Amino acid sequence: MIAQVTTLGRLGIKLLRDYGKAGILLFSAICYPPNIRKGLPLVFQQIYAEGVLSLLIIMVSGLFIGMVVALQGYHTLVKFGASQQLGPLVALSVVRELGPVVTALLFAGRAGSALTAEIGLMKATEQLSSMEMMAVDPIRRVISPRLWGGFISMPILTIIFNTVAIYGAYLVGVKWLGLDAGAFWSNTQSSVDFQEDILKGIYKSIVFGLVVTWIALYQGYHSMPTSAGISNATTRTVVYASLSILGLDFVLTAMMIGGW
Amino acid sequence: MLSQRTIETCVGLFLLAGILSLIILAFKVSGLTSFFKKEGYYITAQFDDIGQLKKRAPIKMGGVTIGEVTNIHLDRSDYRAIVTMRIDSRVNDIPDDSSASILTAGLLGDNYVAITPMYGSSYLKAGSVVSETHSAMILEKMIGQFLFNIDKSEKSKTGRGGMQ
Repeated sequence: MIAQVTTLGRLGIKLLRDYGKAGILLFSAICYPPNIRKGLPLVFQQIYAEGVLSLLIIMVSGLFIGMVVALQGYHTLVKFGASQQLGPLVALSVVRELGPVVTALLFAGRAGSALTAEIGLMKATEQLSSMEMMAVDPIRRVISPRLWGGFISMPILTIIFNTVAIYGAYLVGVKWLGLDAGAFWSNTQSSVDFQEDILKGIYKSIVFGLVVTWIALYQGYHSMPTSAGISNATTRTVVYASLSILGLDFVLTAMMIGGW
Repeated sequence: MLSQRTIETCVGLFLLAGILSLIILAFKVSGLTSFFKKEGYYITAQFDDIGQLKKRAPIKMGGVTIGEVTNIHLDRSDYRAIVTMRIDSRVNDIPDDSSASILTAGLLGDNYVAITPMYGSSYLKAGSVVSETHSAMILEKMIGQFLFNIDKSEKSKTGRGGMQ
């Protein structure tokens, strides 16, 4: 009995310590940003690795998601004689929800797992501790540029996803199913609001960008320095990041829904 | 490993693509034009009840959109709604005794403000207040009134019948 209570207590304290370590990592990565002259090239390298290289998967999935939403939406709307409202349907659902969430999920799978594996391997091969031996702060040299890279890349990827998805819908709705192009754009323009819809979607993606990179970096930085440990950490990154994206999305939507 | 120069070029292109997409989203998708101050002048009107009127609802005159609702707030002294409207500057000859009413587009559509012109010789200008207003029709209230009237008329009929 006592042993079980002890186990429970130990689990609780471990969980609390994990949260504490994650918080300290985030704090130190944000509060000691890389210095401008030396750090900016590092941030650029990370934007390249996390953002530019994710561009292909983001654009392809954006195109197909826009196309499939348009196809599905058209066949339902046409039953009510409302096929002219296809533009608003696709634009609003992509800009408000699908864009930020799907981009963040793809980003967690594409860039988040790579970050965890990279840092976990750095830790396992003792690159991080040898940096410390050379008086190079690994938080400043390794963690912080990656955090800023993810933080900057995510909103841009979301914006590109949104645009590509809406053009995918245009392709299906106008070029294939034969809606009127003028009605498509004018109905979209009259129901999508820049501040209410587009900017709020981008705010969401900024939060997701921070959370996904934070989780990935924490899992990598505090992973077990073994091959099994790295593989576990990578799995946990994808699972935790996806769950927190979906949970946070609900909370953020509930906070923002006022004007909708 | 790519050279730093290539990486920076790629990142630059990436940022540029992001900015370009944002511009497309802003102007092509959301029809954003409020970056530039819209041409027009602002007038206000006081309504007893605005129903479901929202910001950005159109202002129509003879069915043609001539502006939009920019602000709605409550006048704390007499508890009426003050609606601020932006009218296109091209439409600068609305008689100042015109009336404003809140109507509904279709049976279930959104509310809009309709301005009915009168025959005054001076025109509405920036800061004018439309004094003649008609509140929104609220279906529940109308049904309530209708039922109340039926009730009353039936009572008076039976009352009269009793007298005779």
